[in-house]
Formats: sequence, C-alpha cells, structure tokens
Amino acid sequence: MDDLRGIERAIEMQETKIAAKGVDVFYGDTHAIKDVNVEIAEKTVTAFIGPSGCGKSTFLRCLNRMNDTIDVARVSGSIMLDGEDIYDPKVDPVQLRAKVGMVFQKPNPFPKSIYDNIAYGPRIHGLASGKAELDEIVEKSLRRGAIWEEVKDRLDQPGTGLSGGQQQRLCIARAIATEPEVLLMDEPCSALDPIATAQVEELIDELRQNYSVVIVTHSMQQAARVSQKTAFFHLGDLVEFGETATIFTNPVDSRTESYITGRIG
Amino acid sequence: MAIWLLVLIVLAMGFAGFVLGRKRALNAVGGNIRNLHSLPSYYGQTVFIFAIVPAFLLMICWLILEPFYIESRVSGMIDPTEIADGSSTSLVMSDVRRISSGLDTAVDRGVLREGDLDGMRNDLDTLRARLGDVGVAVGSDIKQSVFLAAQEYRSIGATLRGVMSGVVLLLSIAAAAWAFLRLTPEFRARNVTEAAIKVLLILASSVAVMTTIGIVMSLIFETSNFFKMYPLSEFLFSTTWNPQFRGGSDLGILPLLWGTLYVSFVALLVAVPVGLFSAIYLAEYATKRVRTFAKPVIEILAGIPTIVYGLFALITVGPLLRDYFAQPLGLGASSSSVMTAGLVMGIMLIPFVSSLSDDIINAVPQSMRDGSYGLGATQSETVRQVIIPAALPGIIGAILLAASRAIGETMIVVLGAGAAAKLSLNPFEAMTTITVKIVSQLTGDTEFASPETLVAFALGLSLFVVTLGLNVLALWIVRRYREQYE
Amino acid sequence: MTDMSAPSSGKTSLLRLDARTKKRNAAERRFRAYGAICVGIAVVALVVLMASILKNGTSAFFQTHITLDIELLESKLDKTGNRDIAEMSKVSTFGYAPLIKNAMEAKIEELGVDIEGLKKPQDMISKEAAAQLRRFVLANPDVVGGTYEFEFLASGRIDGYFKGRVTMESAERDKNVSPQQLMLADAMKEEGSLNTSFNWKFITWPDASENRPEAAGLGVAIIGSFYMMIVVLVLALPIGVAASIYLEEFAPKNWFTDLIEVNISNLAAVPSIVFGILGLAIFINFAGLPQSAPIVGGLVLTLMTLPTIIIATRASLKAVPPSIREAALGVGASKMQTVFHHVLPLAAPGILTGTIIGLAQALGETAPLLLIGMVAFVREYPSGPPEGFFDPAAALPVQVYNWTQRADPAFVERASGAIIVLLVFLLVMNLVAIILRRRFERRW
Repeated sequence: MDDLRGIERAIEMQETKIAAKGVDVFYGDTHAIKDVNVEIAEKTVTAFIGPSGCGKSTFLRCLNRMNDTIDVARVSGSIMLDGEDIYDPKVDPVQLRAKVGMVFQKPNPFPKSIYDNIAYGPRIHGLASGKAELDEIVEKSLRRGAIWEEVKDRLDQPGTGLSGGQQQRLCIARAIATEPEVLLMDEPCSALDPIATAQVEELIDELRQNYSVVIVTHSMQQAARVSQKTAFFHLGDLVEFGETATIFTNPVDSRTESYITGRIG
Repeated sequence: MAIWLLVLIVLAMGFAGFVLGRKRALNAVGGNIRNLHSLPSYYGQTVFIFAIVPAFLLMICWLILEPFYIESRVSGMIDPTEIADGSSTSLVMSDVRRISSGLDTAVDRGVLREGDLDGMRNDLDTLRARLGDVGVAVGSDIKQSVFLAAQEYRSIGATLRGVMSGVVLLLSIAAAAWAFLRLTPEFRARNVTEAAIKVLLILASSVAVMTTIGIVMSLIFETSNFFKMYPLSEFLFSTTWNPQFRGGSDLGILPLLWGTLYVSFVALLVAVPVGLFSAIYLAEYATKRVRTFAKPVIEILAGIPTIVYGLFALITVGPLLRDYFAQPLGLGASSSSVMTAGLVMGIMLIPFVSSLSDDIINAVPQSMRDGSYGLGATQSETVRQVIIPAALPGIIGAILLAASRAIGETMIVVLGAGAAAKLSLNPFEAMTTITVKIVSQLTGDTEFASPETLVAFALGLSLFVVTLGLNVLALWIVRRYREQYE
Repeated sequence: MTDMSAPSSGKTSLLRLDARTKKRNAAERRFRAYGAICVGIAVVALVVLMASILKNGTSAFFQTHITLDIELLESKLDKTGNRDIAEMSKVSTFGYAPLIKNAMEAKIEELGVDIEGLKKPQDMISKEAAAQLRRFVLANPDVVGGTYEFEFLASGRIDGYFKGRVTMESAERDKNVSPQQLMLADAMKEEGSLNTSFNWKFITWPDASENRPEAAGLGVAIIGSFYMMIVVLVLALPIGVAASIYLEEFAPKNWFTDLIEVNISNLAAVPSIVFGILGLAIFINFAGLPQSAPIVGGLVLTLMTLPTIIIATRASLKAVPPSIREAALGVGASKMQTVFHHVLPLAAPGILTGTIIGLAQALGETAPLLLIGMVAFVREYPSGPPEGFFDPAAALPVQVYNWTQRADPAFVERASGAIIVLLVFLLVMNLVAIILRRRFERRW
C-alpha cells in the first residue's frame, strides 16, 4: 500500500479529471472489477493494460456509464468527473456521454454518409445553430481526426466504404465532434494494420493537447508509445498505476513485471 | 382389378423379394456376413426396389395416359352434328365420363345389373333416375350416342385396366427376378440401394418445382382460353366489372385491382406502424418479463386462421364501424367496407411485420448501438437515426412481404370487404378485390367454357404475377441486407 | 471533493439537466410510449378477437330441448299392422308431423295454460324432430302403438329466445315465431318440459338446411378435416423430409438446387387461393378426381404445407453439429447411413414440431378449399377410409364460411361455435408442438 500511495502523490502534479474510488463491477454473479481506485489527469494519455479478461475494458465502460446498457451489470463505488459523481441518480447518462466520448475496438461507422456520421453527435446535442456552423464543426472534427484530406471530396459517400484505418479515424473524429472533455478508447487499433495503427497513435498524441484520453490496449508497446500514465489490471484488480516510464522500467509488483516481460498474459 | 389391390400385391411381392434376396445373399456366403460386400438387408432392399419401383412408375404413367387414349377412341362415336349450341365436344365428353363412372358406381352398389345395361339404351329416363339414386346427377337428357359412348368408355377402360394389372405384375416379377439373379457376395448392394434412395430424395425435392410448374401451366392455359373469348385490352383497361351469365359481360380488372390495393393500403397503414413499433419496443425497451409475455401473444395472432379474422370482421368490426363511424359521419350504411377488411387484415399482419422487423433489428450489430450511445444519443435517437436507417432495406423487404400477403389474402376480404366492384375513395363503402372475385366466379356450378368463369384464371394469373414479383423483390432485398452484416 | 463549483467556466454541471436534455428525454419517453401502445394494441386486438368469438360462439354448445310424450299411432305409421320395414318406410316425415302436433297440443292441455291467439305450437319444435322420430321408429318397429318420451330440439327461434337473440318485440314482426309461442315456451320451461343443456349434436351431427339452424352440426366437417389432415401427414411429411435431406445433406451447389431453393421460398409466399386454382385445374379438371373430396383438399393442402415442413426440417438438420456427421463418417459409415442413422434421429423432434405447426396451418386454411368444391352442402357422413377420402365432405373452416353465408342469424352463433372448435384443435396441436420442443430440445 505504501507503494501505491507514492504513485498517487506523483499524479497529484496534474489536475485530476476523473477520480474513481472503490469501484466494484458485477456481471450477474461474476465480480469483474474489484475495488479499483484510479485518478485520471487532465490533458494526459492514460493507458489501461493487462491480459484479456482482466477487466480493463469493463472499467473503461464504467467511466461513461456504457455498462448501463447491459442489464446484468452492477456498478458500486464512486466515480467523480470534475468533482461530480457520475452515478448520481440526478445525472443523465446521455449528458455524461456528451462529455466523455468513446471510441470502440471495431470501427463502427453508421451506415450513413461521412458527413452525417460526424454531424450525428452535434445534431443530437444541438451544438450547431445552422448549416454553416455544422459544416464548420464537421470540417474541424475531420481535421482533428487527421482524415480531412482523405475524405474532403467525398463527404456524401457512406462511411462504411472507407478502409479500416480511415473508418477508425472517422470514428475518432465523430467522437471529437461532440466536444467531449474526456475521450475513452477501447483497443482502438486492434482491428487495424500497422500503418493505420501508426496513424491513429499519432492522432492520439495530438489529441492530448486538448483532451484527457484513456486508452485500453492489448499491446504494451502501444501503451509505452502513446501514454504518460499506465494502469495494469489483472483478474479484476488494479495491480499497479503510475508513470508509464516507471511501470515499464521499474514495476513494483511482481505480476506487472511478469506481464511486461511476457511471462503471463 | 382395383388399383388398391394391385398396389398391395406389388408391395407384397416387394416384401417377398426382400426376404428372398436377403436369404440368397446369406446362403451365398454360408451365413458369414463378413464375406458380403454389404449388409444382408441391403441385398433384400435391392430386390425390393427392383420389384416395386419400375412397376409403380409404369402404373403411374399408364394411369396418366389411359384417359387420353380412351378419349381418342371414344370421341369418334359422338356425332359432331349432335352437339348442341353453346356446348362443345369437351363438354359432351365430360358427360360421357360422368355417366360411365356413374354406371360403374351403380353396378357396384347393385342398383343396376351389368346385363340390364344393354337393354336400357331405349329407356334412358329410367337410367337417369337410377343414376340419380347413386348420386350422379345428369343435367340434361341422356342422348343415345352419349350412352353408347359411355358404355364403350367402360368396356375399353375395363380391358385396359386388366391389361395394365397384368403388365404391371409381370414387370414387377421380371425386374425382381433380374435383380435377384444378380445377387452375388461381390454385388454392391448398398451402393445400388443408396443410389435409388438418392433418386427418390431428388424426386421429392423437385415436387416444389413441379408445383410451381403446375400453377403456372394451369393459370396460363386457362387464361389463354379466356383471352380467346374476351379481349385483353378490355380486361386490363375497362373500368367496369359486371359479369352477366348470358354473355356480354364487362370484365375489367381495374375496379378489382383498386379494391385490392385500397384494402391492402389500409391494412399496411395499420400493420406497419403497429408492427414496427412493437418490434422496436420489444427488442430495445421491454423488460424480460414483458417480452416473454408479449412476444408469444403477438405470435398467437399469426397462428389464427384467416377465416377467424374474417368472421371477426363480419360480426364485430363491420357493425361497429358502421354504427359508430360510417353512419354518424354520413359515409355509408354498409358493414362490409374497405375499412372493415383493412383494419382486420392489418391486425392479421401485425405479427408478420413485427417478427420480421424484430429479426432485422436484431441483425443490426451491437457495435452500431454502442457507437451511438457512446456519443451520448438517447435510445430513441439511436433507434430512429442509426438502427432504422441501418435496418431500412430489411424493413422495406418485410413490408413488401406483408403487402404481398395483403394482396393475396382471401377470407378476410370475402367476409369483410363486400362484393360490389367499385372505383371509389370512400373507405366506408363496400368494394371488392381480385381474390373475392376469384372465389365468386369459381364456386358453385361452374362451366369451364364461359368467359365469366375463365376470367378467374386471368385474375389468378394477375394475382400470382403481382405477388411473385413482390416476393422476389422482397427476398432479394432481405438477402442483400443479411449479407451486409454477415 | 465537496467543492461543487469545480467545473470551470463554460462547462455545465452533470447534476443539472439542461433544457435540451429535458426535451430529448421527453421525446424519449414519448417514443417509448408509442412502442408500449403498439404492443398494447396488438394484445388488445387479440383479446377483443377472442372475446368476440367466445361471446358469440359459446351458446352454440348449448341448445334448448323440448321433451314430449309421443303416441306412436299405428294408424299413421303402419296401417297394415304387420311391422314390415319396407312398408313402414313408405311413410315420409310428413306422416310423423301430426304425431308431434298432437303431442304438443296434449302438452298444452296438460299445462292448463290458455294463451290467446296461439297458433301452430308444433312449430316451436325443430323440423328435424319428425325425421328423428322416423329414424327411431324404423330402427325399432315394435314401438309402434306405444307412447314414448322424446327429447326434441326446439326450433331456432325458441332457442334464440332463451339466448337473447329473439325478443317479444322481434317475434311480433317475425313470421317464423309469435309472441304467444314464446309465452308458451316460458310456461313449458317453468314446468320442466323445456330445458337448455349441453349440445353434443353440434359436434356430431351433420350440417342442416337453411331453415333449421338448430340441427346444424360439425360432424361431417370434422371428419372431412380429419381425413385431409391424414392425407397431408402421409404425403407432406415424407416428401418434405426427403426433400430437406437432399437439399441439406446431398445437394451439390448448382443451378438445379438453386432453382429448388428459390421455388420453395416463393411457394411459401404464394397466396393460398392460387393453390385452390391449381387444385381445381390439375386435380379436378385434369386428373378427374371428384369435387368436394378430402383427397383433393388433402393434396392441395399438402402442396401448401410442404414449404413449411421443408423449412423447419432443414433448420433442425442444420442444427445437428457437423461433428456428429464426421464421427459417423469416421467409423466408415456411408453418407446415407450417416444421415439416416445419426442425423435424422437427432433432428426428429424439430421435424415433428415443424410438421405439427404445418398441419395446424393447413387445418385452418379456407380459401383453396372453396374452389375445389368443399362448399357443397353435404349431409352424409363420408364412409371409412380409404373410400371415404373420395366421398364428398366438408371441412371445419369452410363450414364456418358456409354458415356465414346463410340468412338466419342463428347461424352466426353456429359459425362462432365452429371457430371455437377449430381453435381448440389448433390450441391442442400447438401445445403438443411446444411440449415436444420443450421435452426434446437439445442444445449443442
């Protein structure tokens, strides 16, 4: 416990965006997440790593209450976004998700035009007052999603017609369009080839300027490349959380070390 | 020899062949079945198949061709000058067939004796009365030539039946013996039986194709007869439907088509929103308990026969609409109306639309929903703006299938829509549909020579073409849609 | 963490719903309500449908009877007195009518009621009564001369009076019944010679003519439907299973199998009336099979049911995992042996369920049967199989249609009653299918 306290002290340097305390998640009878405490800092990329089934995606989905859509999932503990409990009964998950956007493992563009894909979020949240403003939001989001140049001439074509990497950047741009404060990414590169992965990683690094990014990844190399903070999950426990450099070079817990050196996972 | 008896005998020979074949195989290897190529019963089955299959095939062909042969022999006996006006050789021949089968029945039941028949040629009124006793009603007086032809028909028929029995039995024995003599331990009995079974399987699967051919042939054949008597352009473009049994009818399809489309439109107006919203509610919102209750209840609607809906329209919905809507609004006083039939048909189609839509909505991948929720969309926004557009082709396919159902539905419109062919916009007026007219033109005593009867086949063909087109289109759309998410 | 003003400027608090979210949530609730309402509409429609049929139809199972002592006068029934059946059968039902009339008059006298203007009290008894009496006498010639108690059906109007269909006012205008007769009926009910009881005749008796609805029954229709179901079962099950086995297990991928597949899926959606036209043109006009016969109905329904059975059978064959096939092939079984020894038995429950559901569909089918002459008025029971398949018969759903086409309102009750019988059969079949599925369902 002393070690954990030390890590916490290190994080206090940045402003905290999300603070999770004593979070437990149950899927029916399965105890999927056990008493996890973590603080996610502003304008930082935080990576969740760990072997499959360790609960890192589950925990990520707690952060914008995506678990609400699963009937059997139960969440306890507190998760604070800017000091407000997101599981407070007064909170509407719809409003929360506008602030905490999400990008999924598999690129999932809607079967609509590229333009409509991006405009979907701004439209439902009423972010644009007219067509001109919406056009502007779409262009800005596509630019920030680093895909504008590739699609600017075919905005009216279906988003499903793009390549995998382009689709994923489109989905990131779509998430950005609603102007979230936090961006959650659930293994965003696992369905992509190495070149597309590189593009997305580059994009994540740029996004750090404006957003707090949480990324779940299978690949330790990716965590090392893109993140400043890393949390290692194992069998539903948060084993270790700290500076990425520290975790990878000097892990405290033996399980972290085994995972990083490839002995488990 | 009765057909039943013949079938039984052939089957019995088949079983005998089975036993003998099996025994011969066993004897050939002295009971050591390891030396046989196949299991002993396969040898038996081989003989069985050879005993019955060729014999039955011959019998079926014979029974199909026999009437044509007899007819060609007998029709020469009818003097063409004796055929009355408005009648035809084929009508007279059908009289001949009826009388001859009537005579058979009469003799069987002992009402007439074979020996008396020849003497009866001059006492045809008594004959007619006797035939009436056994339930064969002969419309007009029996002409002597017809009676003689009927007698000839019977005698040729009896001879041919006898010949057929002999030939079939001989063929059965010969084929069985041929197979039996070929049974050696090396004989590949299993392969032979399995090949035969496979042929049977293929024949069974081609029943579907033969049914379609049968439908198309019968529709086209009688329809072409109809258009020999009635001009195609009148049928397609005339706006009146007024069959007269003395000729000079107006048989325009347009008023019927209008009624059909109007009723179907009302039905879809009910079924599509209700079915679609129910499917959405059950797939996206309902708790498990509601789902386990409501889904089967809606499916029960699909299992109820259409006659039940028809009766519901006739005794409940029709009077209700008339008393509370049509009459107060001054729109008519008929309990059967487009509205009655449309509403009830709409109820019938609800489960159809909802279960198809349910499948289609569930085929939209979860990742699509997640993407929308992740952006902060509410459930209804997700449904309206992501799921429905994604499922749209499938839903359109489902609606087209429902439309084809509605157009081809018969009992609800027969009992609920009325019988008057009208081109009107008032939904509380009785109108009629293609299917209603098919029923009314083909039930009762029908004469297959008048355009008033044959028009039913032209209507049937139109119905078949329209529904087939809708089905093919719908199935194609649904299949394309499924492939998209596979 | 207690600081609630944490969100920086421009940011909104999560704990307060903004106006837009409120609006969106209201839209959400509306949408949800539409869905719930539509499910409600479907459920209510089913309830109303069932209630309407039950309300109109249950009374068909109960019938008003009148009990009378009939003196079987020798002078009327057997003038010669030697009980010769041939001679006695020369007395038609008209000869029996006076006996009933006498008995009715005697009954009125016995009751001691005096109803002014009462005419033709014998019309309160079904016209079927004379035939019933004649059958009884011809079956037991020795009863002539004695006095026996008979239970007759009351006429449709009297029966309707006790079921609320006929009132004193309507009787005023009705030429088939008079208010005086209704008063007499009330008196007889009080005395006990008129009572309402469960009516097996509705299920066992054949149809009756237009003006005696009280005697109309479903006997012939039930037998006809039963015969047709036998034909469908005997033909559709083997053909359907054989076709499915071929398509699922043996068929190579070529134009012919494609053609069959397309045909099956299209046949499933061809309007049922088209099958009726097929039956009329092929089975009756071309093959010369008799009209109104269960065999023709059965053949037509077989063709209609085949796609259902094929689709169900293929689904259950597909559900048998390939590992079973591989295991059988692996020990040296031929492909045919694999299918018949292993796959088919495992798929049997599914096939059976599909078949029962197909049969249930066929049982309720009406339209095609209208075209092949099943609408004919049939009063004679068809004989036993196999000849019975070629005898004229009715069918349950067609009987319903027939009764709706008749003028007397008493037939509405009959038609609804017949629907109840039909629905009970369907319910039983579907329950059997559900039980089979529950019992034998196997999850791989």
